[in-house]
Amino acid sequence: MSEQAENLEAHFSVKGYTIGFLLSVVLTAIPFWLVMDHVLPSPRITALTILAFAAVQIVVHMVCFLHLNAKSEGGWSLLALTFTATLVVIVLAGSTWVMFHLDTNMMPAPSTAQMRAMP
Amino acid sequence: MTSDLNATFGQLLGRLSWDAIPYHEPILVATFAGAAVVGLAVLLLITRLHAWGSLWRDWITSIDHKKIGIMYMVLGVVMLLRGFADAAMMRAQQAVAFGDAAGFLPPHHYDQIFTAHGVIMIFFVAMPLVTGLMNYIVPLQIGARDVAFPFLNNFSFWMTAGGVVLVMLSLFIGEFARTGWLAYPPLSGLLQSPDVGVDYYLWALQIAGIGTTLSGINLIATIIKMRAPGMTMMKMPVFTWTALCTNVLIVATFPILAGTLALLTMDRYLGTNFFTNDLGGNPMLYVSLIWMWGHPEVYILVLPVFGIFSEVVSTFSSKRLFGYTSMVYATVVITILSYLVWLHHFFTMGSGASVNSFFGITTMIISIPTGAKMFNWLFTMYRGRIRFEVPMLWTVGFMVTFVIGGMTGVLLAVPPADFVLHNSLFLVAHFHNVIIGGVVFGIFAAINYWFPKAFGYRLDAFWGKVSFWFWFVGFWVAFSPVYVLGLMGVTRRLSHFDDPSLQIWFQIAAVGGLLIACGIAAFLVQLAVSWRHRAALRDVTGDPWNGRTLEWSTASPPPEYNFAFTPNVHDGDAWHDMKRRGHQRPTAGFKPIHLPKNTAAGVVIAGLTTLCGFALIWHMWLVAGVAFAATLVAAIVHTFDYGRDFHLPAETVARTEQARTLQLAAAAS
Amino acid sequence: MLNPRPITAAGSAPVFYDTGDHHPPSSTLLGFWLYLMSDCLLFAVLFAAYAVLGHRYAAGPSGADLFALPMVATNTALLLLSSITYGLAMVAMRNWSMGGVLGWLAITGLLGAGFIGLELKEFAHLIHDGAGPQRSAFLSSFFTLVGTHGLHVSFGIVWLVTLMVQVVKRGLVVENRRRLMCLSMFWHFLDVVWIGVFTFVYLMGVLK
Repeated sequence: MSEQAENLEAHFSVKGYTIGFLLSVVLTAIPFWLVMDHVLPSPRITALTILAFAAVQIVVHMVCFLHLNAKSEGGWSLLALTFTATLVVIVLAGSTWVMFHLDTNMMPAPSTAQMRAMP
Repeated sequence: MTSDLNATFGQLLGRLSWDAIPYHEPILVATFAGAAVVGLAVLLLITRLHAWGSLWRDWITSIDHKKIGIMYMVLGVVMLLRGFADAAMMRAQQAVAFGDAAGFLPPHHYDQIFTAHGVIMIFFVAMPLVTGLMNYIVPLQIGARDVAFPFLNNFSFWMTAGGVVLVMLSLFIGEFARTGWLAYPPLSGLLQSPDVGVDYYLWALQIAGIGTTLSGINLIATIIKMRAPGMTMMKMPVFTWTALCTNVLIVATFPILAGTLALLTMDRYLGTNFFTNDLGGNPMLYVSLIWMWGHPEVYILVLPVFGIFSEVVSTFSSKRLFGYTSMVYATVVITILSYLVWLHHFFTMGSGASVNSFFGITTMIISIPTGAKMFNWLFTMYRGRIRFEVPMLWTVGFMVTFVIGGMTGVLLAVPPADFVLHNSLFLVAHFHNVIIGGVVFGIFAAINYWFPKAFGYRLDAFWGKVSFWFWFVGFWVAFSPVYVLGLMGVTRRLSHFDDPSLQIWFQIAAVGGLLIACGIAAFLVQLAVSWRHRAALRDVTGDPWNGRTLEWSTASPPPEYNFAFTPNVHDGDAWHDMKRRGHQRPTAGFKPIHLPKNTAAGVVIAGLTTLCGFALIWHMWLVAGVAFAATLVAAIVHTFDYGRDFHLPAETVARTEQARTLQLAAAAS
Repeated sequence: MLNPRPITAAGSAPVFYDTGDHHPPSSTLLGFWLYLMSDCLLFAVLFAAYAVLGHRYAAGPSGADLFALPMVATNTALLLLSSITYGLAMVAMRNWSMGGVLGWLAITGLLGAGFIGLELKEFAHLIHDGAGPQRSAFLSSFFTLVGTHGLHVSFGIVWLVTLMVQVVKRGLVVENRRRLMCLSMFWHFLDVVWIGVFTFVYLMGVLK
C-alpha cells in the first residue's frame, strides 16, 4: 500500500468514531429537547441556539467522521472546504438579504408573516 | 394515418408527433436541407477514407487529453458558425424591419433566434473552446502525461456534445425557447411557455452542465496533484494559474445553475411553485439565483483568456511576464470577488438603494485587478523584443477592445446610470464588447499560438492577419452603432421598430456583421490553406515561437505519453530555463510508460443520458424511464471494469523518441 | 508527495529530467472531495430557496401543522447510527477483515433503507393529506430539499450494494479501498447535510 494510503487509513479508529458518535447524539438530543419541550423563553433564542448546536455538530462530523485536518491533501482539503463554506454563506445570506428587500419593495400583497405583524 | 400512429405508439411518443416538424418554415427547411447535405458529405468522406475504425478508436473512445481538447475545439468552432448564423439573421432583420416593413422574421421566430444565439455562444461555443484549450495545454504545461481522471474527461466531452445534440435537434423537431438565454420565469414557466422550447433549453444545459462540472473537478485535481517535481504553485505558468481559478469557479458555481434550473424544471414537470405567480412562488428568486451562477460564469469565460494573453505577450516580447506574483493575486482576487457582484445584473428589479449601492461598489472594485493585469501586460511588452505574429495581433486588439468594453461595464455599475441603460442596446454592446474583445480574440490568439503544437504545422500568417483585421474592424463597425442606439434608449430583443431615424444605425451594424462574417470566412480559409501548405509550414522543432513553458519542450504534435521522462522544474518559465542552462534531451534509458486505455463507456453513457433528455422533453415517459435505468446500469457496469490501463513498451517509446531525435537533427542542420 | 524536490546532484549541473519511475499520486480522494464541495453548493441553493420561500404557505399548512418531530428524531437516529456503522466498516477495512467490512456495510445499508422508508412514508402521508409539493411554495421547497437529500441517500445505497458485490468479487484491493473511502466521505457528508435539514427545516419549522 502506498504511504499516502497508509497515512489516510490510520485515521480509522473505533475510538475516534465512538467519540464523534457520542458527541453527535448529545448535540442532536439537546436541540430536539429544547424545541419539543419549549425550554427557552422565546422562539428566536431557541432558533439561534439550535443553529449554534448544528454548527458545532457539523464541525464534530467533519473532524471525527470525515477526518478533516489541515494536512490532508497538502492543505487543499481544508482550503476547498473553507472556500465552499464562504460561498455557502454568501448564497444563503445574499439570497435572503436580496430577496427580503425585493419582497418588501416589489411584492403585491403582504405575506402571512407581514400580515401577522400588522396592527 | 397520423392518428393510427398515435394510437399505436401514443404512449411511447408522448407529445411528439409529425406536427413537431416545421414543414411550413422555409428558413428551417432550407437549413435542414443544407445540414443534411453537409452531414451526408461528411459521412461519405469518412467512408471513402475508410476512417470509421480510426474515428472510433482514436477519437470517440480516446481518453487522451490532447484528442479530447481538439474535439472540444472542433465542437466550439462548428457551433460558432451556427451561433453566428443566428446573429446574421438578427442583424438582417433589424436592418430592415421599420414601420410597415415587417422584415422576414416574425416575433415568434425572432425570439427563438436571440435565445438560441445566446445559449449557443455561451454554453456551446465559448465554454467548449475554453475547456478544450485548458484540457489540451494544462497537462503539457505542468509536465504531466494526462489529466487526473482520463475517463471522466472523455465522458465530460460527450455530455457537452449531448447538450449540443439537443439544441440542434430543436431546430428540426419542435422549437427552441423564446425566453432569452437565461429563461426567466414566469415567461419560462409552464403557463406562458407550455411547449417544448424551454424543455429543450433545460435538459441541454443540465446535461452539458454535468460534463462541465466534472471537467472542473478533473482539472483542479490535475493541477494540484500532477505537477512535475519542482513545480511549486508559484512556478506554474500563468495559463495554468488561470486554468486553476477558472475550474475552481466552475466547480463552485455550476451547481448553482444546476439547482436553479432543476427548480424551474420541477415547476414545469411536477407543478411545484418555486417561481410561479401564485401559491407563494417568487419569480424574482430565479433571477437572483441564476445570476449568482451567471456572474462567475463570465469570469469562467475570461480568466483562461487572460492566461492565454499572458503566455502570448511573454513569448512574443521575448521577456519574462512582468509582475507574475501580482498576476496570480489578481486572478485569485477576481475569483473570490466574482461572487459578490451578481445583483448588478438586476439593479432595476427593485431591491432598493442600500442593496444596489453595495453591489455597485463591489462591481467597481472587481475591475481593479483586471486593470492591474492590463498594466502588467503592457510592462511586459515595454523594452521587450516584440514580434507581431498573429497571436500578438489578437492580443493588442484585445487590449484596446476589452479595456473600452470594461469601461462601459464600470459605467453600467453605477445604479442610477443602469436604470437608464438596463436592457437597452447599450448593455448588449457592452457584453459583446468584452466577450468578443476578450474571449473570442483570446481564442483566436490561442488557436494561432498553439495550433502548431497540436497539429505539427503553423497556421498561414497572411490569412490569420486578414481574419484579424476583418474581426477587429468588423466588431467596431458592428457594435459602435449599438452603443449609440442604447444611449438613445432603444430596447434590446426587438424584432421591429417604428422610428425610421434609427434605421441607419442598424444598417451600419449589419455592415459590421458582414465584415465579421468575412473574418470567420478568412479563418476557415486559413485552416484550409494551412492544411494545403502544411509541408512548408511544418514545425519540426516543437518550439516554433521560442516559447518559455514546458509544452514547447515536446514534439509537435506530442506523443501519446507527452513526456518520455517527467521534467524536473527549477524555475518559472521552465522550458526557457532549460534552454538557457543547456539541458540535454535524453536519448536512451527509456522505461515502459503506464497509460490509460481507451473506452466506449463515456460516449455510451452520455448517449443514453441525451436520449433520456430527449424523451423527457417530449414527455415520452416510458422511453425516459428505460433510458435512465440503462444509463445507471451502464455506469455501474463500467465500474466493474478494473483493467483500465496498460503499459506502453519501452521499445515503442524509444522508437518514437528516436524519430524525434532525427527530426531535431535535420532541423538543426 | 505534492512537490518533491528536483534532483540536483551536488556541485554539478541541475537535473532536468526524472529518469526514475514517475508515478503521480492518486487523485481520487481529492477529486471526490471536490465533488462533495460542489454538492454542498447544490444544497446551498436548495436551502436558500427554502429560506426565501419557507414561509409562503399560500394559506395552506405550515411546518408547525405538518412536522412530526418524534419521527424526525427516529430518522436522525437511524442516519447517525449508519454513520458510525460505516465508520466501523472502515476500521474493519483497515484491519483487512472482509467479513467485518461486508457485515458493517450491510447494516449501514439497512439503516439507510430504513431512513428512506420512513421518509417515503412521511411524504406519502403529506401528499395524501393534500400537503403535496404543488400546494404551496413552502411545500415545494420542503419536498425538494428533503427529497434531494433522500435521493442522494438512495444513490448511496445503490453504490453501497454495488461496492459490496465488488468487494466479494475482488477483495480489499486498492481500487476497492479507494471506493470505500469515497463512499465513506459521501455517507458522512449526507449526515452533515441532514444536520442542516433537521435543524433548519424541521426544528425551526415547528418553532415559528
